[in-house]
Amino acid sequence: MKAPIFDYIKANSLSEVFDLMEKWGEDARIIAGGQSLVPAMNFRLTTPSLLIDINGIEELKGITHSQSTLNIGALTRHYELGTSEEVTKHAPLLSKAVPHIAHEAIRSRGTFGGSLVHADPSAEIPACAMVLDGRFQLQSRQGCRSVSARDFFKGLFETAMEPGEILVSADFDVNEDGYQSALCELERRQGDYATIGVAARAKTDSGNLFDLRLVYFALEDKPILANHAAAILEGSRGDEAAIAAAKTELTKDLNPIGDLHTSANTKLHLAKVLLERVVKNLLKHAKGTDD
Amino acid sequence: MANQPFSVLDRPNSYIGKSVPRPNARRLLEGRGRFADDLNLPRMLHTAFLRSPFAHARIIKIDAEKAKAAPGVILIADGKDVATHCKPWEGTLAHFPGMKSPLQFPLPLERACWQGEPVLAIAAESRAQAEDAIDLVEIEWEELPVLADSETALDPDTPLIHPELGDNQTFNLMLENGTVDQTFADAERIIEKTFHFGRHTAVTVEPRSLIADFDDSEGRLTVYYSSQSPYQMQDVFSRHLNITEDKVHVICEDIGGSFGMKLHVYGEDLTTCALSIMTGRPVKFTADRFESFVSDIHHRDHRVHAKMAVSNQGKIQAMEIDDLTGIGPYSVYPRTSAVEGNQVVRLTGGSYQFTDYRAKLNVVFQNKNVMCQYRAVGHPIACSVTEGMVDFAAAELGIDPVEMRRRNLIKDDQYPYTSPTGLIFEKLSHHQSLEKVLEMMDYDALRAEQAKLREQGIHRGIGLATFIEITNPGPAFYGLGGARISAQDGCMMKLEPSGKIFCSVSVTEQGQGTETVMAQIAASELGMPLDDVRMLTGDTEKTPYGGATWGSRGVGIGGEAVLRAARALRNNLLEVAGAVLQCSADQLDIQNSQVIDKNTGTERLSVAEIGRIAYFRSDTLPQDFHPQLTVARHYVPQGPPFAFTNGIQASYLELDQETGFFKLLKHWAVEDCGTQINPRLVEEQIRGGVVQGLGAALYEECLYDEQGQFLNPTLADYLVPMAAEIPDIQVGHVVTPTAYSELGAKGAGEAGTAGAAAAVMNALNDALRPFKTELTRMPFTPERILRALGKV
Amino acid sequence: MTEKLYPLTFTLNGSTITRHVTSRLSLADFLRTEMNLTGTHVGCEHGVCGACTIRVEGRLSRSCLMFAIQVEGMTVETVEGLNASGELHSLQEAFHELNALQCGFCTPGILITAAQLLQETPLPSRKQIRDYLSGNYCRCTGYHAIVDAVEQASQKQAERR
Ligand SMILES: Cc1cc2nc3c(=O)[nH]c(=O)nc-3n(C[C@H](O)[C@H](O)[C@H](O)COP(=O)(O)OP(=O)(O)OC[C@H]3O[C@@H](n4cnc5c(N)ncnc54)[C@H](O)[C@@H]3O)c2cc1C
Ligand code: FES
Ligand code: FES
Repeated sequence: MKAPIFDYIKANSLSEVFDLMEKWGEDARIIAGGQSLVPAMNFRLTTPSLLIDINGIEELKGITHSQSTLNIGALTRHYELGTSEEVTKHAPLLSKAVPHIAHEAIRSRGTFGGSLVHADPSAEIPACAMVLDGRFQLQSRQGCRSVSARDFFKGLFETAMEPGEILVSADFDVNEDGYQSALCELERRQGDYATIGVAARAKTDSGNLFDLRLVYFALEDKPILANHAAAILEGSRGDEAAIAAAKTELTKDLNPIGDLHTSANTKLHLAKVLLERVVKNLLKHAKGTDD
Repeated sequence: MANQPFSVLDRPNSYIGKSVPRPNARRLLEGRGRFADDLNLPRMLHTAFLRSPFAHARIIKIDAEKAKAAPGVILIADGKDVATHCKPWEGTLAHFPGMKSPLQFPLPLERACWQGEPVLAIAAESRAQAEDAIDLVEIEWEELPVLADSETALDPDTPLIHPELGDNQTFNLMLENGTVDQTFADAERIIEKTFHFGRHTAVTVEPRSLIADFDDSEGRLTVYYSSQSPYQMQDVFSRHLNITEDKVHVICEDIGGSFGMKLHVYGEDLTTCALSIMTGRPVKFTADRFESFVSDIHHRDHRVHAKMAVSNQGKIQAMEIDDLTGIGPYSVYPRTSAVEGNQVVRLTGGSYQFTDYRAKLNVVFQNKNVMCQYRAVGHPIACSVTEGMVDFAAAELGIDPVEMRRRNLIKDDQYPYTSPTGLIFEKLSHHQSLEKVLEMMDYDALRAEQAKLREQGIHRGIGLATFIEITNPGPAFYGLGGARISAQDGCMMKLEPSGKIFCSVSVTEQGQGTETVMAQIAASELGMPLDDVRMLTGDTEKTPYGGATWGSRGVGIGGEAVLRAARALRNNLLEVAGAVLQCSADQLDIQNSQVIDKNTGTERLSVAEIGRIAYFRSDTLPQDFHPQLTVARHYVPQGPPFAFTNGIQASYLELDQETGFFKLLKHWAVEDCGTQINPRLVEEQIRGGVVQGLGAALYEECLYDEQGQFLNPTLADYLVPMAAEIPDIQVGHVVTPTAYSELGAKGAGEAGTAGAAAAVMNALNDALRPFKTELTRMPFTPERILRALGKV
Repeated sequence: MTEKLYPLTFTLNGSTITRHVTSRLSLADFLRTEMNLTGTHVGCEHGVCGACTIRVEGRLSRSCLMFAIQVEGMTVETVEGLNASGELHSLQEAFHELNALQCGFCTPGILITAAQLLQETPLPSRKQIRDYLSGNYCRCTGYHAIVDAVEQASQKQAERR
């Protein structure tokens, strides 16, 4: 289980990265935290000829916020995300996700951007980014474009990124008053990738659910928005009838794929269970109690 | 009174029964362990193996030309090359009548029989280069029919894995006692269930590892080996590599967990030795995690149909079981893969009073990795089947599981007792242990809490599991069947000139505390502080020959050898003292490294002084007096074939009936291993064993598809118990020493594993009872629980 | 074809180290084979078992998931260094007394993780200890004694403060 031979260059700037990507093409691979890439290399599932280490590039670091936008640099480590006051304040869903990601030794190296680009369908961060309607800044030699989270995740480990692009950061609208967010996840063991999970956000200050957004993960080949179910719950107080109706509607939203340990049917069942839990969770906070 | 010789159990300053910390743990805490992979020898090569991608396939052609030219590659060897240096083996033993298994070569000559079987070895300057070269080898395969499901192994139209053997069965057995058919015919109630136990593997954190160093100039092979069985492997290396035994030296320093996995013969290991012979250079093989999953022995993999006859009063009258177990394509050498099934059918029902019993065992081949003995061989299966059936019967009759056990467990005054399968129990303490665990867990309060919570829709379950454990296997265990595996152990002890003691013993250390416990026994018997006794284990040239570590035998057998050696050495030291002091040795004893006058307790001479005089001033001793300052003793276990122990475990858990997830809240274990030399070490053996059993109940399963492909060979997909999900485990003790030895110690290494999964199963089924459903297939995954609940 | 060698300079257990390494050499293998610091163990090489856990730049890191070349200019601490500095002392004492190790293979990774926990949370609850150690696999102990030992060490450290 030793990685195959590769060349290694630590890039100091984005333009250096672009040069290298141009020169090496598909054979080059960016390494951020390495917490997904290195296992794959040790398994010899991935055999890049060149590793471009981006850990020294300052433009990719840091969390900043303006009036209405929170900007999170791609190289933000999971632990930084989890301990950032700005994130807690402006995108609390992301802070809630962090404890579910692996373990401290992995959170201290794994990065926010790496999670997004790696696009593991069981990962928390991509689902949360979708709930929060994140916009990802993708830069290449040609310039920068912004892709919304909804358009970014294409399939298993597949994204809308084009060759020659690098993820620089993600923008999120800062949390508005009256909104609550929640993440419910079933994991066999603490820190495992989810068996199934759901991230959600809604305006709940009236005790009713408005603007509800539900994104499931570890269910299909990418995070999935459950719009039908959310529509049913819109305006409701999360009462039994509404939830029952929403559960039924979920079958329109979801088309689960089974994995090694959990069948597609079971995933669908669990998706319904989590629907109820996440809605209760959103509303519980609304009523001023904390869990 | 003062003239009475003290038994080791009550000698002054005895360490017996004291939880002293392990002196050899210090190194490990400071990062100074000495594990096999830590060692790098000059000129050393590294091996990697090409493994079969198919569960069953013929090798048509190997093209290794590109690999030969790859950087760092020194040697490429296929099955035939290795076979010129290493004889094949056959995993059968004479005391399993009718058992059959084909010859197995270190690397197969023409056919791979499981996915992951090593077929080609490459020795290179680094492991990475060896792996690079493996990627360059091209093999042309012809795929053969795959037998993955053991249920179909004996069907007439199932292709044979080894046509020359006539069928796909390696061993079968029928046991019968009493009037089983009649009892079932007359029974008031009959309970029938089928249990499934997943295939597991050891997942020691340290993978298998060895360095073979063949020195051509002397024809000597030295093997630095992560193995629990140096003597057995010395014998195997000698016979199969054709090197005389005196020229094979096996050294096992620190071992990062073994649990029975590191005592079997592995093709990779013998190949590594052969590569060293071929290259004349030291060769290292350390399995990576993929390799561990597909080549470390697997264990369990049983399907058991069980039937129990009970009276309306809750009296168990008869049991019948049918065990089918799949062992892969070869029975593992040299212990065979029949032992687990054999123990399942012999142990089932063994805690209870009924006498009518019938068991059928079928051990069959499959195209999966080989299966063999692992911690608590057969016990968890026997225990889960028995205890599961007891609870199902109790539930059907509306009797509390505790009451059911009180009515049926062999009574504490019924010993000696012979079980329906002929097991002899010298003395067990089932009822005392049951009462003890009930008290520890506050059973009644727990039941009340459970009832109250159930009203609120919270579903908790309580489960009990009584168990018996085979320990201290007697002299007839393996030798009888023709295996060169020793059942005796030895100890060598010498006085150093400084007055300290050096002691070597044939039992090995894997962290269970062997060296500490042996030192405690030696120090107690010698009358010296623990610090004065230095231990050595795990080196075939420096320790006496023995059985080493398997079958919970270390203290019960090796401990007696140490005791006898210490006594002999003490007597010899006192003779020297007597000669110096010109009195009879009988009047003297040793306490705290001082020779004392037995009557008065007065200190007369230090042991250090004995060392000085005996070694350097023997001129001052009487004519023709020769101090004997080194002694050796061996011990052969006495009495019945095994020293049985017993105990009981209890589990308390909470089920989330919507998700099928459950949480272990608490676990209790009461264990009776006789005399405890070091109670803390016993407790830690129990706890560690319990958690391995919990792994079986919660997570562990080697998943294969119909094509015999191993689906989860990583630690991300094969789940093992981690700290966050495992509850605190409270351990209690009942002490019933064996009268067949002086120390009265029985084994404790496997008890935890024996009963843990059964306790969880019973607790889970207790929680599931209001839903009128149950589960008997381990591990209890959310998927299976939801299916049982009818939610999916 | 010889593999390319890359210069590497970093601080290991307080000393500056300069070497040439191949790019694919994992930090764990580098420490074990080039530096002979064999207290860092390798159990899975895919980040799950935790046996290779060390400290990089003051934070926990899996040394099997970093290439040695990546620690250029950084500070790396292993069990050997933390042992020498005395940071592990209370933990080692408690682990020894309570027998919170058997084979000892997982132990260095667990000690370093526990030391980090005590830096962040001086008096953790049993649940916090279990959660923080959730990425460190131990096959031998069943974890209970480890939790006891970390708890005891934290109390002893608190008393001393
Ligand atoms: C034991 C273990 C458990 C884990 N458990 C979880 C879990 O429960 N949940 C979870 O979400 N994750 C989990 N992870 C994965 C972890 O979160 C990773 O850190 C993350 O998925 C990838 O981030 P990284 O920075 O390590 O990326 P890398 O491994 O460095 O890179 C991953 C991929 O993204 C590309 N890439 C990275 N950054 C950029 C960028 N800025 N621009 C373009 N491409 C880029 C790389 O080229 C590579 O293809 C676990 C990992 C391990 C080892
Ligand atoms: S070896 Fe690094 S986590 Fe297992
Ligand atoms: S002590 Fe052996 S793995 Fe932890």
